[in-house]
Amino acid sequence: MTSSLHYDAVVVGVGVAGLTAAIRLAEGGARVCVLAKGVGSTHLAPGTVDVLGYRPERVEHPAAALPEFVGAHPDHPYALIGPDAIAPALDRFAAHIERGPQPGYRYTGGLDRNHLLPTAVGAIRPSALVPETMAAGDARSSVPVCVVGMRVLRDFHASLCAGNIRRAGIPARAVEVEIDVGRVEANSLGLARRFDDESFRAAFVGRLALLLRPGERVALPAVLGLRDPHGAWSDLQRRLGRAVFEVPTLPPSAPGMRVYNALVAALRAAGGRLVLGAEVLDVEREGDRVTGVRAHTSGHDTIYHAGWIVLATGGFASGGIELGSDWAASETILGLSLQGMPRPGEARFTADYFGHQPMAGVGVAVDSSLRARETENVYVAGAALPGAVPWREGSGQGIALATGHFAAQAVLEREGAAATA
Amino acid sequence: MIDDLFHEQLRSSLDHCVKCTICETACPVANVTPLFPGPKYAGPQAERFRAHGQPADESSVDYCSGCGLCTMSCPQGVKIAELNAHARYAVKQRKGVPLRDRLIARPTVLGRLGTPVAPIANAMLKARPARVLAERVLGIHRDAPIPRFAGRRFRTWARRRQAPGVGTKIVYFHGCGTEYYEPDVGEKVVAVLEHNGYSVEIPEQDCCGLPLQSNGLFEDARKYVQRLARALAPHARDGTLIVGNATSCTLMLKREAREILGLEDDPDLALVSRQTYDICELLLELHDRGQLRTDFEPVEEVVAYHAPCQQQGHWIGKPALELLALVPGLDVRELDARCCGIAGTYGFKREKYQIAMDAGAELFNQVEASGARVVACDSETCRWQIEHGTRRPSVHPIELLHQAYRL
Repeated sequence: MTSSLHYDAVVVGVGVAGLTAAIRLAEGGARVCVLAKGVGSTHLAPGTVDVLGYRPERVEHPAAALPEFVGAHPDHPYALIGPDAIAPALDRFAAHIERGPQPGYRYTGGLDRNHLLPTAVGAIRPSALVPETMAAGDARSSVPVCVVGMRVLRDFHASLCAGNIRRAGIPARAVEVEIDVGRVEANSLGLARRFDDESFRAAFVGRLALLLRPGERVALPAVLGLRDPHGAWSDLQRRLGRAVFEVPTLPPSAPGMRVYNALVAALRAAGGRLVLGAEVLDVEREGDRVTGVRAHTSGHDTIYHAGWIVLATGGFASGGIELGSDWAASETILGLSLQGMPRPGEARFTADYFGHQPMAGVGVAVDSSLRARETENVYVAGAALPGAVPWREGSGQGIALATGHFAAQAVLEREGAAATA
Repeated sequence: MIDDLFHEQLRSSLDHCVKCTICETACPVANVTPLFPGPKYAGPQAERFRAHGQPADESSVDYCSGCGLCTMSCPQGVKIAELNAHARYAVKQRKGVPLRDRLIARPTVLGRLGTPVAPIANAMLKARPARVLAERVLGIHRDAPIPRFAGRRFRTWARRRQAPGVGTKIVYFHGCGTEYYEPDVGEKVVAVLEHNGYSVEIPEQDCCGLPLQSNGLFEDARKYVQRLARALAPHARDGTLIVGNATSCTLMLKREAREILGLEDDPDLALVSRQTYDICELLLELHDRGQLRTDFEPVEEVVAYHAPCQQQGHWIGKPALELLALVPGLDVRELDARCCGIAGTYGFKREKYQIAMDAGAELFNQVEASGARVVACDSETCRWQIEHGTRRPSVHPIELLHQAYRL
């Protein structure tokens, strides 16, 4: 027995691109179902929205840099959708976070100017839209930084972070706080849950306050609450009487989980449906139209029929695209053609790990509306798109948000056109 | 002994683990106790050191509650919960299974003993001295939400009922919770199905073996589930669907028995697995086809909805939410806390009761904050835990539909 359900649109993938597309579709009046094999990259990413950080020199003002950037990179997702399509997606994202389940928690910034924020190892990273809890880390400020480590959080190296911040020209030092969490080690999520608790924060501040020097701002690993990060962060600033900011951690990422929680709440509020665990195996077609996707549910498969499909399955890292041992790469669900594959004889990889890796630009071939070229009704968003090297450009979350939003708009416009006709 | 090849297949999934920690974010147990190091450590990481047939001393895996949220969250398809179930089995093989676990894993035995003497049995379950004694002697926590015997059996009602005998044939798998503790829920399931044009058959059936499986008694669990599959297979063979309201037991039939007990080759189970539906899954599909009756009368009530872990393991989302949204007047508040903590028999155990209560605390707080007077939830043991943790009544979503149909 195979189950069968009908929706206006099915989105495959529950990362930022998939959730953004699904929310926009649901808010536009479509009945939407999101299918995902598991939780996506939100839980691993730092939670900042990096739109354009390097071209390859560091970008101060993304809005000003984007026109030239897309001119130089005509195959880039930003070039396909046009730089003007980015800002509306960022605005909506910020609004979803503000209306989300974390009271008072908001993002700050935009395309005018990049924040320059320290990473987990203290390298300076440009980012357009960032959680309010991170903004005070901007490297343009010369206010000395005290990076606070905690012995229970073994994966956060305060002295390494402080050393690299110093190298960027900002006075910085590291301190370590001993705090009892009832176990010998905790990850950032375990600590974030503790920081939701006011009495825990009070005890933490009691220890930390003794270690701080006048005039320092405080850098903490991004563990300031999961349910109430705004409350936790404000409370720490008030108690310490100084600026406090979060520094991204190794996974799991508390700010990333806040993004996931807020976007899933927005999807739910808009009437969209989310099915986790259901791996999409293949599709049903009629000519160039995909009429449904077959998902593996327990016991029997389920066909989710839909007029529109948004593919937000990610690139090589997420399994949206595969590279075989015969060097043949393919999109995994529909077997869609890829673009950007190095030709036989051309270099596929370069020796510089963080350099321009030719394979990085491989993605599903789409037209300027992000429609997969071989199909009538499949749209592609996020890391499955070709033409970008996100880790070099500092563009991953920006591409996910902007193309997720754009793909949904494209579907809604055609749906609207179909309705009028 | 677990078939080596089968175990190797399960193990091969651990090579897909990229140590991303997403499973850690989903685990309700590791969140509240250091006794369980989390699904990543206990699963794909520790598994590399568990050479088959070699001694391994690790009691921490016994603290995994088997909720399965790690497997569902994993973006790489690693069978984390299933690997941990095997590791738990190996520990129990070596250390032995306590009498308590053998007892609470057999709802049929308990039900048959308790039902005829329900008033006395229920009084004992309520009496403090008896519970203290049971805790000392058996290790069943004195405050654990042990259900009360209904004093009658669902099958007695089923045998006596006058089936209309018209409509699409469907088989009702009611499970032990309905049989001994909540026969009224079973009656409502039958009424809702009949209202929607089904001719409901209720064949002879017994426990699905899930409690035995989760207590590491794999051999006994296999006997139970294979016997149940044999009883249901003749119906499945002619294309009839099997529907159940005990969502963890339908999941056992659909997937867990095959994946954890290594019964992929059992033809009866394979057939039954494909034909089995959770009741809300079935009704949503009926609604999708425009065949669900929507003659719902208003139910003016604020209801909190919790999708239990085992329901989530069906990988079908939350169909109950969409069904309850059809009822006029019903104000449903979806809760996003993951787990109530009970995990079948886990929270009954002396050494695990507090862990289960701590794991459920977030859910209990959300119920409190929701303003709901009633909590809807698809699993019976979870409902008992929710009632225990929130002091509010907890019902199966089907009971609310039944109420709205005014049947």
